[in-house]
Amino acid sequence: MYSWIWRHLPGGTGSKAFLALVLVVAVSALLLFVVFPRVEHLLPFTDVTVD
Amino acid sequence: MSRAGDLVRTGLRGIGQLLLTVGFVLLLFVVYELYVTDILAGQAQDELTDELRDEWDGAGSGATPAPLTPEAGEPFAFLHIPGLGDGWNRAVVEGTGTEELEQGPGHYVDTALPGQQGNFAVAGHRVGRGSPFLDLDQLRPGDPVIVETVDAWYVYRVLGDPATGEFGSAPVPGQQIVSPDDVSVISPTPLAAPEVPPSGAYLTLTTCHPKYSAKQRLIVHAVLEGGPILRADAPDGPPALQEG
Repeated sequence: MYSWIWRHLPGGTGSKAFLALVLVVAVSALLLFVVFPRVEHLLPFTDVTVD
Repeated sequence: MSRAGDLVRTGLRGIGQLLLTVGFVLLLFVVYELYVTDILAGQAQDELTDELRDEWDGAGSGATPAPLTPEAGEPFAFLHIPGLGDGWNRAVVEGTGTEELEQGPGHYVDTALPGQQGNFAVAGHRVGRGSPFLDLDQLRPGDPVIVETVDAWYVYRVLGDPATGEFGSAPVPGQQIVSPDDVSVISPTPLAAPEVPPSGAYLTLTTCHPKYSAKQRLIVHAVLEGGPILRADAPDGPPALQEG
C-alpha cells in the first residue's frame, strides 16, 4: 500500500517526501478531530458515572 | 525467484505495513485521549464559564436563594474545590451523558440541587477531557467543596474525621471505591435505598478508578456546612474558598 502511494506521488524524492508528510498529517488530523470523537463513546474507557 | 516467493514477499510486506499502521493509529488514539480531549474540554469550559457569567451578570438576589431549574445540557453552577489545585473551578452542566461530560462535570438528573436536602451528585472525568477529577483521591476529610450558583454559595465538607484523616464508615464515609453499578452512592441518603428519604444535604462526586481504567468508581461524599451564603453578602465567596 505504502509503496503504491509512493509510486503515485508526483515529482522527485524531495517532493514525494513532502507530499507523504502532508498525507500523514492530514490523516492524523482526520483521525484526531473527526474519527476518534465519534467512535470514542463505543469504548468503555470514559465511563465515570454509576448507573 | 519463483512467483510463489514473490507472493509470500508481498503478503509479508502487507502484514508488516498493516501492523505499523495499527500501531500508529493506537498511539494517535492515546495522544487524543490524553491531550486533544483536554484542549476540546478546555474550550468547552471557557465557553460555559462565559455563558454563565454573562447570564448571572446583573441577576438580582432576594433574601433567600431562588430555586434552580437547570436545563439538560446547560451549565447552572460552578464547583470550586481548592484541594484539587489553587483556584480549581469548573462549570457544572445538567446531565451525565457523553455530551455533557465532554464539557465538564455533570449533575445527575433527578438528584438534589445545591443546598437542597438529599444528594447533589456530580460525575466528572478522571483522565482526559480536562481531567477535572484526576486528583479526587487526594481530598481529605474536612476539605471544602464549594458550589456557586446564580445567587448563593454552598460550602460542603468531605466527610470523615479531619483530625485523624480517617474517612470513616458510618453512616456515610468521606471516600469509597465501588463497582460501577452501585447506584446507592447517589441515593438521597448515600448508601441507603433510593426510596429512603434524605437525612441531610449531601454532595457526592463520582469518577472512574483506578486512573486510566473504568473498572471501578471513586466516590467522595461531603455534607453541607451551615446554610446558603448569599452572593450579596459575599461577592467574592466564602472564606472556605481560600483554604487548600
